[in-house]
Amino acid sequence: MARQEKKHEPLFHIVKRGSIVWWKSWVIRALAVVAALAFSGVVSVLITGENPFDIYITMFKGAFGSSHRIWNLLQGIAMLLCVSLAVTPAFKMRFWNIGAEGQALIGGFVAAACMLKLTGVIPNWLMIPVMLIGSMLAGAIWGLLPAFFKANWGTNETLFTLMMNYIAMQIVSYFANIWAVPKGSGQIGMINGDTNIGWLPRILGQRYLLNIIIVLALTAFIYIYLKYSKHGYEISVVGESENTARYIGINVKKVIIRTMIISGALCGIAGFLLVAGSDHSITPDTIGGRGFTAIMVSWLAKFNPIFMILTSFILVFMQRGAGQVATDLGLNQAFSDIIAGIIIFFIIGSEFFINYQIKFREKEVKTK
Amino acid sequence: MSVAIELKGITKTFGNVVANDNVDLTVNRGEILSILGENGSGKTTLMNMIAGIYYPDHGQIFIGGEEVVIGSPKDAFKYGIGMIHQHFKLVDVFTATENIILGLENDGKYDVKKASARVKEISEQYGFDIDPNKKIYEMSVSEKQTVEIIKVLYRGADILILDEPTAVLTPQETQKLFKVLRNMRKDGKAIVIITHKLHEVLSLSDRVSVLCKGKYAGTVNTAETDEMALTEMMVGKKVELNIDRTEPKNVQKRLEVKDVTCLNREGVKVLDDVSFVANSGEILGIAGIAGSGQRELLESIAGLQKINEGDIYYYNPKTGSVDDLRDKTPIQIRDLGVRLSFVPEDRLGMGLVGNMDIVDNMMLRSYSKGKSVFLERKAPKELAEDIINRLEVVTPGASTPVRRLSGGNVQKVLVGREIAAAPTVLMAAYPVRGLDINSSYLIYNLLNQQKEQGVAVVFVGEDLDVLLELCDRILVIGGGRVTGIVDARTATKEEIGLLMTKSASEGGEN
Repeated sequence: MARQEKKHEPLFHIVKRGSIVWWKSWVIRALAVVAALAFSGVVSVLITGENPFDIYITMFKGAFGSSHRIWNLLQGIAMLLCVSLAVTPAFKMRFWNIGAEGQALIGGFVAAACMLKLTGVIPNWLMIPVMLIGSMLAGAIWGLLPAFFKANWGTNETLFTLMMNYIAMQIVSYFANIWAVPKGSGQIGMINGDTNIGWLPRILGQRYLLNIIIVLALTAFIYIYLKYSKHGYEISVVGESENTARYIGINVKKVIIRTMIISGALCGIAGFLLVAGSDHSITPDTIGGRGFTAIMVSWLAKFNPIFMILTSFILVFMQRGAGQVATDLGLNQAFSDIIAGIIIFFIIGSEFFINYQIKFREKEVKTK
Repeated sequence: MSVAIELKGITKTFGNVVANDNVDLTVNRGEILSILGENGSGKTTLMNMIAGIYYPDHGQIFIGGEEVVIGSPKDAFKYGIGMIHQHFKLVDVFTATENIILGLENDGKYDVKKASARVKEISEQYGFDIDPNKKIYEMSVSEKQTVEIIKVLYRGADILILDEPTAVLTPQETQKLFKVLRNMRKDGKAIVIITHKLHEVLSLSDRVSVLCKGKYAGTVNTAETDEMALTEMMVGKKVELNIDRTEPKNVQKRLEVKDVTCLNREGVKVLDDVSFVANSGEILGIAGIAGSGQRELLESIAGLQKINEGDIYYYNPKTGSVDDLRDKTPIQIRDLGVRLSFVPEDRLGMGLVGNMDIVDNMMLRSYSKGKSVFLERKAPKELAEDIINRLEVVTPGASTPVRRLSGGNVQKVLVGREIAAAPTVLMAAYPVRGLDINSSYLIYNLLNQQKEQGVAVVFVGEDLDVLLELCDRILVIGGGRVTGIVDARTATKEEIGLLMTKSASEGGEN
């Protein structure tokens, strides 16, 4: 009787870890990446019939194959990192800003509008500063609106910031039609292609180097801002517990609004860099989903700007690599999205095994 | 007398923490067994394994002599085990009966009338006092507890486990509960009560099983033991349980609360015309049933609760001026030169930030001082190290997040910080809740030291024995009203218990 009952004993149960040694958590993450590559290899072979190692090599080549590709990779990392840095103060405050896409887009839009409408109106040397300030202001307003309503009336910031994305996209679509070159094409095309007014200058002959330097400087700034400034401290306290913030006399409304202005303005900078530093044009798709990918970058790095360099590298590398596999094997973009999705799933999934462990039934342990 | 449950070699770990280490336990039918142990000694974990909430890592459970596997609360019910948890699990808008039959499978149909009759029957059998048709939100805490107990009896439980059942009850309600439990014992049920209150153990149970830091420390017959012996088993060493209360010296008016009324969001009075004085060199205790307005009272003094009527005056000992603290924010109060320290009830949700390390928690109240945009971490670091040394905080270091510390150590960090601000008024809400005996007495001593240094101490407590032993005066609050202020040296527990329930029924006029 007792024996029969024993059969009901669960095969394993899940237990929360008290704490974990730092290297163990990195081993788990590394294993997750290996498992992700193995699994995406299997999927690729099943779909394409290619040798999985060829696929890995193709991925690697796609990211690092030539100096042109390396610069593109670095630019991709810098742009994703810039948006990620922008959302981090908000997320640290537990303000779910999923409107980075719109905040960056409206920033980029203002930069493009300046190039279109102010060329010849203001001195050429003033163009870039005006664009930068305009972009930051536009992004800040896009961040301020949801923060203001949240702080005063407790509106849901997730929906609010999301809606602001669509507003920004529609504004850009609208003006893309009005300002289209040639008329009726619905596209603005390259602005000031002849004069390069409002284009960020090349450094050492590299068109992306200035972008990269600016983003690195921003990384250091955000790191210091969050870790060593009083503002950063207030953000942490408000994020951890509003009650504690109240208890020590922090003006929670003020912190929410101030932080979202900063978050929005940084998104505006990202939009500015994309327009002035690489695209020299604007479309509703200029930000290309970075506003959402940035959330992942920021979370995976546990809101640490230095780790965010690594996480944005992994994500951009995967995208570029998978894109190359798709091109070389004549598959469409969806294939690279599948691969990137698999890899992200494994990386996020590994956090579960860092927080929890699985205990097997007694007997299984003994036979191990 | 037959054996109801037997546990053999039960072990349960959470991460690195061994909650139960090879514990043996026997519960007989027709007896009341107390499980005694300090907070964190693994009492609730052990009982949760019998009730099917946790699953043990090792060990065996026998019921009526047969080994069983309890994988879910449903399994537990199958074996007639019912647990009454510390936090009630009831639906507020349902009646007592509806809550009791909720979740029972009977062909998808509920016969509320029949169930009501059965509830009444059970109530009469054991001497409960309950209206089966009363809605939960209209009930007092003790009535809700009664519903929880009837719920498990209704399901045919004959092994009852009660987790700290008296923590939320007044002395009178406790006596009533004990009477009911004795009736159940007479009926042959096996009753286990989890507690850390020694006098309850001695007055109620037949046997006591003691847990000490997760380990089984032994079982004794209640008749053959006393408080000293049980404490020693529970703590693992001899402890002095004395609070050294000195006569108040140099008593001056420090804080005067005058006719304060506060409304909550729904417009209900949470504080109703409250007036009292807190003097320097004195400990003023505040007693009351949980949720009678204690929190709102302290928060309105600290500038966290909006005051609708009345004033709070602070008599500044340095300048001799009198300031009204009403409608001031915590920062404004601080800038007035009021040295007010506050140990809130919710330590990790209000007094400290769990994910921050000890150093960063030290500067919570002082970080904004100075003009620099950057934080100054040197002084907080020294303070953190000083507190760790002086109060013997058990921690790997000053840069450990406070959430990783045990309850007692968390409280040492918080109280240490608040005392380090050299306050003239120190308010502490339930400062020993969840602490082990040694830490509790350390906190009492710290409060006493502050009193001797001329601080006006306001202490909100739940253990009336401690309030009577520690305080100079005790203010009793009930339903947001002051129902009495008594001299702690002459008052009795029963007197305070009566005052605690007073305003709920008649609206005290004292």
